[in-house]
Amino acid sequence: MTSGPVSPLLAADAARRGDTVVASGAQAPVPASREATVEAPAVRTSGLTKRFGSAPAAVDGIDLHVPRGSVYGFLGPNGSGKTTTIRMLLGLVRPTSGQAWLLGEPMPGASAGVLPRVGVLVEGPAFQPYLGGRQNLTRLDACDATADPRTSRRRIDDALDRVGLAAAADKPYRQYSLGMKQRLGLAAALLRPRELLVLDEPTNGLDPQGTREVRTLVRELADAGTTVLVSSHLLSEIEQVCSHIGVMSRGRLLVQGERAALTEAGEARVVVTTTFADAGAAARVLVALGLVDVAADGTEVEASLAGTGVGVGAVSAALVHAGVELLGLELRRPSLEQLFVTLTGEGFDVAR
Amino acid sequence: MSRADVLAGPVPPAAPAAPAALPGAVARLLRSELRLVFGRRRNVALLSGLAAVPLLLGIVLYVAQGTALSGQGPGFVARVTGNGLFLVVAALFMCLPFLLPLTIGIASGDAIAGEASSGTLRYLLTLPVRRGRLLAVKAVATLVFVTAAVLAIALVALATGAVLFGVSDLTLLSGTTIPAGAGLARVAGVTAYVAASLTGLVAVGLFFSTLTEVPVGAMAATVVVAIVSAVLDTLPQLAVIHPGLLTHHWLDFAEMLRLEVDWGVLGQGLAVQAAWVAVFGALAWGRFATADVTS
Ligand SMILES: Nc1ncnc2c1ncn2[C@@H]1O[C@H](COP(=O)(O)OP(=O)(O)OP(=O)(O)O)[C@@H](O)[C@H]1O
Ligand SMILES: [Mg+2]
Repeated sequence: MTSGPVSPLLAADAARRGDTVVASGAQAPVPASREATVEAPAVRTSGLTKRFGSAPAAVDGIDLHVPRGSVYGFLGPNGSGKTTTIRMLLGLVRPTSGQAWLLGEPMPGASAGVLPRVGVLVEGPAFQPYLGGRQNLTRLDACDATADPRTSRRRIDDALDRVGLAAAADKPYRQYSLGMKQRLGLAAALLRPRELLVLDEPTNGLDPQGTREVRTLVRELADAGTTVLVSSHLLSEIEQVCSHIGVMSRGRLLVQGERAALTEAGEARVVVTTTFADAGAAARVLVALGLVDVAADGTEVEASLAGTGVGVGAVSAALVHAGVELLGLELRRPSLEQLFVTLTGEGFDVAR
Repeated sequence: MSRADVLAGPVPPAAPAAPAALPGAVARLLRSELRLVFGRRRNVALLSGLAAVPLLLGIVLYVAQGTALSGQGPGFVARVTGNGLFLVVAALFMCLPFLLPLTIGIASGDAIAGEASSGTLRYLLTLPVRRGRLLAVKAVATLVFVTAAVLAIALVALATGAVLFGVSDLTLLSGTTIPAGAGLARVAGVTAYVAASLTGLVAVGLFFSTLTEVPVGAMAATVVVAIVSAVLDTLPQLAVIHPGLLTHHWLDFAEMLRLEVDWGVLGQGLAVQAAWVAVFGALAWGRFATADVTS
């Protein structure tokens, strides 16, 4: 396999066969000495597996590769193993087999040195119910051996401001709404400058406004150079901000790579808008070009470019050459959602 | 530019140094933990409840003074009206079988399981707080709380006893009388021994706390251990194992009230506690160091 983008169809084939496809930048194992440099990926796993008791593996030999500076959308239906993977990355759960590296350091061995540089939100926020938001952050900061107590107050205020919680900072956590709890969780992850943020379902429980804010926040952080690993079972919520995508299903990583490469390599369709009279002629031109799946509907003629090697430019030239009146020409990429359905074959439902 | 240059790319900046732990980190963690433990309304209520025991006991004895009921009850209780110092001993004696084990169960059972059930454990561990350090700090905070409970009983008993019955020279169990100041030291010794002899149960509770995400389960199991130990201690058929039982030496605090204190007896009691602490502390550590945190 070359290291170029892999078509989702290929990826889907591979998925059916049961192996993982790395869509771009396929990783050869990196020698240990280079792991610790900045170049090491923010997250890397090798054959990471977790089995709870005798149940089928919750996470089954996945090879994650999250490049530095990327926003990596970790997608998958409920129960596909996203949270379990994240728990293993953070040293909360011991892998049954396989290894994980965070910022180039082996986990869980290097927790003490690595985790201060990683902000986390795992499976929803959790705080002391009787303490206020600010008090909770104060407690967390006091428990962090490497956090400077002299700057604690300022950092806490900044984090509260950043998530828009300053006004409710002194309310007991117990009285917070779901969205306020989620925001406090994000504030805790942002208590210190981080190199990597691991956010498991960060938009859970947020209103549309809050969801948008989280997206903006993630984008800002990414622009400032922070790598973000964000999991979700809601595609639409994160697809806009992701530079990379990894799709889990039943404990396996079906596909991962740059989002653009994944969707662009998909079945692109061309839609020609012409006059009613020219529609038939346009369809004939498309068929003559070797396009498949040609369908005319009124003034629109649609066809698939998949597997033909024909570009939009060629289509437009051929149409003009044939004297078809060209009112519009559109290239449609498959959405992430479609890609996902192609990959998992069953849409976004709990698979087990 | 040569091919080698292209391959090498820009010189990678040196990897950022792992942030170093700041001095005083453990102290900050412990302070935060103590603030949490003593700030919880339930724990404050528990301490107040325990402190009310000697107050009530003192009042009951005071009211019953001079009636036909006075002078009845177990050994220490009967002596209280003669000397307020004995209220400390009597109150601790009354709290030992159930109320103090219950307190330990609540405090130690909650230590890890409470954080697990509320989900805060995963956020502490990813700060990160090292698991061994967290367990140690939880243990120390629990011990401090249990000591505070014993002290609350003792101090309220001392004040109540002094007010209601006065503090006079102390008549020891052997019949000898010693000055009030020395008597106070003896009573302080009783209090210290009681507090120290509860450490084994704290370790047991901490171990249970690492086994479950349900704090009430760990609390109940801890109390049950104390009760079963006390029951086994009453069965003569099991005399062989009695010396090693968790609760067997609890009442040896009376040794402090003899003219010649037998330090061997007290030392043996503390040694048994140390053994329980070692065994269950090791079990708790073994369990917690590798446990999957899935809450
Ligand atoms: N502590 C546990 N014991 C046993 N099985 C578990 C445990 N935790 C998770 N699992 C199983 O592992 C699988 C993956 O769960 P996980 O929580 O990782 O999914 P997820 O992708 O995060 O789902 P969601 O989108 O609903 O958060 C599920 O089948 C789940 O039942
Ligand atoms: Mg999850």
